[in-house]
Amino acid sequence: MGYKCIRVATAAVLLILLILGPAAAVERPFGEILQALPSASYEAKATLIRELAETGHPRAVPVLRALSEGDLYVRKADQRVFIVRKGEGGYDLVDPLSGEPAGQAGRRDVKRIGINNTLRNVLAAQLASLSLAAPEAAVRRAAVAQMLGELDASLAATLRARLAEEPDRGVRGMIREALALVDLQAADEATRLAAVQTLHGSLTPEARVRLMALAADPEAGEALRTQARQAVASIDRWRSFYRLMETVFFGLSAGSVLLLAAIGLAITFGVMGVINMAHGEFLMLGAYTAYVLQQLLPGQVGLAVVLAVPAAFAVTGLVGVAIERGLIRHLYGRPLETLLLTFGLSLILQQAVRTIFSPLNRSVATPAWMSGAWQINPALALTYNRLAIILFALAVFLALLALLRFTRLGLQVRAVSQDRQMAQALGVRSEWVDALTFGLGAGIAGIGGVALSQLTNVGPNLGQAYIIDSFLVVVFGGVGNLWGTLVAALTLGLANKFLEPAAGAVLAKILVLVFIILFIQRRPRGLFPQRGRAAEA
Amino acid sequence: MKSMFRRAALVVGLPLALLTVPVAAAEPPIKVGVLHSLSGTMAISETTLKDTVLMLIEQQNAKGGLLGRQLEPVVVDPASDWPMFAERARQLLSQDKVDVVFGCWTSVSRKSVLPVFEELNGILFYPVQYEGEESSRNVFYTGAAPNQQAIPAVDYLRDELGVERWMLVGTDYVYPRTTNKILQAYLKSNGVAEGDVREVYTPFGHSDWQSIVADIKRFAAAGKKTGVISTVNGDANVPFYKELSNQGIAPEDIPVIAFSVGEEELSGLDAEPLVGHLAAWNYFMSVDTPRNDEFVESWLDYIDDDARVTNDPMEAHYIGFNMWAQAVEKAGTTETDAVIDALVGVAVPNLTGGYSAMMPNHHITKPVLIGEIQDDGQFQVVWRTPGLVLGDAWSDYLPESKQIIADWREPLRCGNYNVKTGSCSGQNVE
Repeated sequence: MGYKCIRVATAAVLLILLILGPAAAVERPFGEILQALPSASYEAKATLIRELAETGHPRAVPVLRALSEGDLYVRKADQRVFIVRKGEGGYDLVDPLSGEPAGQAGRRDVKRIGINNTLRNVLAAQLASLSLAAPEAAVRRAAVAQMLGELDASLAATLRARLAEEPDRGVRGMIREALALVDLQAADEATRLAAVQTLHGSLTPEARVRLMALAADPEAGEALRTQARQAVASIDRWRSFYRLMETVFFGLSAGSVLLLAAIGLAITFGVMGVINMAHGEFLMLGAYTAYVLQQLLPGQVGLAVVLAVPAAFAVTGLVGVAIERGLIRHLYGRPLETLLLTFGLSLILQQAVRTIFSPLNRSVATPAWMSGAWQINPALALTYNRLAIILFALAVFLALLALLRFTRLGLQVRAVSQDRQMAQALGVRSEWVDALTFGLGAGIAGIGGVALSQLTNVGPNLGQAYIIDSFLVVVFGGVGNLWGTLVAALTLGLANKFLEPAAGAVLAKILVLVFIILFIQRRPRGLFPQRGRAAEA
Repeated sequence: MKSMFRRAALVVGLPLALLTVPVAAAEPPIKVGVLHSLSGTMAISETTLKDTVLMLIEQQNAKGGLLGRQLEPVVVDPASDWPMFAERARQLLSQDKVDVVFGCWTSVSRKSVLPVFEELNGILFYPVQYEGEESSRNVFYTGAAPNQQAIPAVDYLRDELGVERWMLVGTDYVYPRTTNKILQAYLKSNGVAEGDVREVYTPFGHSDWQSIVADIKRFAAAGKKTGVISTVNGDANVPFYKELSNQGIAPEDIPVIAFSVGEEELSGLDAEPLVGHLAAWNYFMSVDTPRNDEFVESWLDYIDDDARVTNDPMEAHYIGFNMWAQAVEKAGTTETDAVIDALVGVAVPNLTGGYSAMMPNHHITKPVLIGEIQDDGQFQVVWRTPGLVLGDAWSDYLPESKQIIADWREPLRCGNYNVKTGSCSGQNVE
C-alpha cells in the first residue's frame, strides 16, 4: 500500500519535472540541499552553494547572505538549519524556508555552519548574480562590481540583457565596463576596438591589467595595441591624479589627529606657559570616558560616542581644574618643578587607569556611520572615520577660537596671559581665570581623546604615544598661537604622508623630526612667533 | 665600616642559617624561576604566562611534586626593560639558586639574558615564536621557529588560496626583519619574481595605516591574487585591521595572515573587522581535543574569570614545563647538566592531540595550524600540517645559515656547527 502510494507520487513528480524541463529533473529541492550543508566538507559546501543558487528559490538570497555573514546555524538536537538573529540572552531562530520566526535557542544549542575564504568568494559570486535585479541601485552596483573581470559567456549574456532594462545610469556604466572587459577578448577587431574605447577612462584595476596585457600582446593588431597603450596612459594619468588627492586626504587626516591631540596643549602650554607633561593622560581620560559611556549604553554605539564628547570635556575639564587648584598654582613661574610635578601626575594617572580598568587595552566600538569608505570612484575612496575626524577637528578648533575671541572668558584669558598685573588691576580675578583656562585646555584634550578612541587603542599608554607629537606641534606652530597650531599640525601631517610612500613609515617620521630640529634652530619661536609684551615676559 | 657590615651580617645570618638548616636538609623545595614582565609595555602578554607557570606548578605540587619534593615558584619582575632581564636572571640563578627558569617574550629580552644563562649554567624555557638563527645549550625553545609558522603559512596561502603576490608588513625590529628575510629567500627559491614581493615596516605602535593600506590595495591591483603576511606587533594591529576594513579590503580578496595575533590579542578588541583574516600558530584555544578542554577548564578555574582565553605561548609553557618535569624524573636530579642532557629526546603530549618531542637542537616538534578569525575572537582551524614539523634553529633558506646545524648531543655538542667546514664556531648566536 505504502509502496504503491510512493510509486504513484514519484510518477507524478517525474511527470511534473518532465514538463518543467530537463534541467529541473536533476535538481534537488532547496530544503534538502540546505539540510546537507552542515555536515558537508568545504569543497562539498561550494557545490551545495552553487546548487542552492541555481534553484532560483525566492529564499536563496537571504539564506546565502546569512551563510556568508555567519548567521546560518544548525540546531544540535535535530540537525535542522536555521537563520539566527542574536538577541538578548539567546538566539532567535528563523526558518530558512519560510522566513518565519521559529522560536529561540541557547548559545550552546546551536552550532554555526563554518565557511572559509574560498567559500566567501563562491558566496559573493553567487549572491552577485542573484542580486542583479535587486530593487536598490547600490546592491546592483555591488553585484556588477563583484562580477567585473570574472564574467563567463552566460553571465555576459545575462548582463547584456540587463543593460537594456537597467534604470540607473551608474549601474549601466559599470555593466558597459564589465562587458567591455569581455569584449576585449572578442574575435573581431571592431568589437575589441570599441571595448578599448569604452575602457578609456575606466579606473577599475581589472581594466588596466587587461589593457596592459593587450598592449603587450603580439597577436593583436597594431592599431588595437596603440589604442590600448593610449588607454593605459590615460588611465595612469587619472590614477596618479587621484593618488595625489588621496595623499592630500591622508595628510589632512593625519594632521587633524595631531591638531586634536595638540590643541588642548596649545591652551595649557601655549597660552598659560605650563609645561604640562600630563597632557597625554588628559587625552587618555577622554578616551576612557568614551569607553565607559559605551559600557553604560550597550547597543547604542553611535549615541555613546556623541555623548562622550561633552562628557569627556566635563570629566577631564574638572580633573584639570582640580589639578590646577590643588597643585600647579603653587608652582607658577617655576617651570622645572612644574615639569616634574606634571610628569609625576602622568604616571599616577596611568597607574590609576591600570588599576581601575586593567592594563589591557579596552575596545571602543566604532559606530556604523563611521565605518567603511565613501567610494568616489574605483581609484579614490575616503574613509568615513577619517572624514569625520577632519571635520570634527576643524569644528573643535573653530569653537575654541570663537570662545577665545568672542566670549567674556576668552577676553579675560587673553588679558591675563598678555599682562597679568594689568588684568588684575582692571578687576579680573586672575586666579579664577587660571583655573578655568587650565580646565578648558584639559577638557579640549579630553575631546581629542574621544576622537582618538575611534582611531587607535584605548589603553593606559595612549597618552604616551601623543605627548611628544603634541609638544612638537605647539612649539613648531609658535607657542601661544592657535592658528600656528592649526598650520603646524596640518603641515606635519601632510609632510609625513607625502614622505611616507617614498621613504617608508619609519624614515618619514625621522625626516619630519630632523626637519623640525633644523627649523627650530633657525626660528626658535616657531612658525608664528608671539609678539608684544607677553612674548618678552 | 666594611668589617662592621660583615659583623652585622654574621650576627643576623648565623642564627638564621642555623634555623633553616634542619628544615632544608629534610625537604628542600625545587625552585622554579619565573622571568616575565609584570609591568611595563609587555606586561599585557607576559603576566598571563607567569600565571600559567604558577598554575602548572600548583598542579604538579598537587600530584606530589617532583622527586618527592615540592616545587616553589620564584617570581621576579624585569619590568619590560631589557637590561633588567639580565639583572633579574642573574639574581634568579646566583642568589635564589633556581633549578629552572621559564621566561622572556621579546627576542631582545632573550638575547639579553642569554650570556647570563650560559655563564651561570642555568636552564631557560623560552615559549614564544621567534626568528630562529640561534641555539644555546642553556635555552630550550618551545615556541615556533620560522619553519614552524612562517613557511607553512606561505605554503597555505600559495597552495590553498592561490596567492602569487606577497606584501610583507611588519613592525621594525629583529623578529619581522629576520622572518621576512627568510620568507623572501623562500619565495624567491620557489620562483616568485622580484616585483611580486614587497616589504614594508612601521615604527612600534603605528596607528596611522592609511598610506600603507592604500599601498596594499594598489599592490594588489596588478591582476594577481595578493596576500599580506603580517608580522605587525601588539597594539598596532587594531588600527591596522580597522583601516583594512574601512578601506574595503575583505579577507576573500586580500587575505592577511598574522604571526603575532592570537586569542589574547583579540580579546581586547572588537573582532568584527578582522573576521576571515588568518593567523598561523601551533595551537588555538578552539582546538577540539580532550586534553585541551581539560587545560582550558583548569585555566579558567585557576584564573577565576570565564572571559579569559588561552593562547599559543601558554601551550608552549605547558609543553616546556612537562618536558622539564619528565627530564627531572628521568635524570633523578635537578642538577643542570644532567637535566639538559635528559631533556633531549623527551616527548610529552601537546594540546592539539599529539606528542611534542625535544630535539637535539633544543627546539621541539609541533603541528602548524592555520586559523580564520571569528567574530567571537576565536579561531576556526582551516588547515593543519599533516604531521609534526621539527623546529629548525638555523634556516635552510638563508645562504649564511644553510650549512649550519645545531646538535647538543655527543659527540657534536655544538649549537653552531658548520657542516661544510666541519667546525663549531663556539658561538651560539649569529
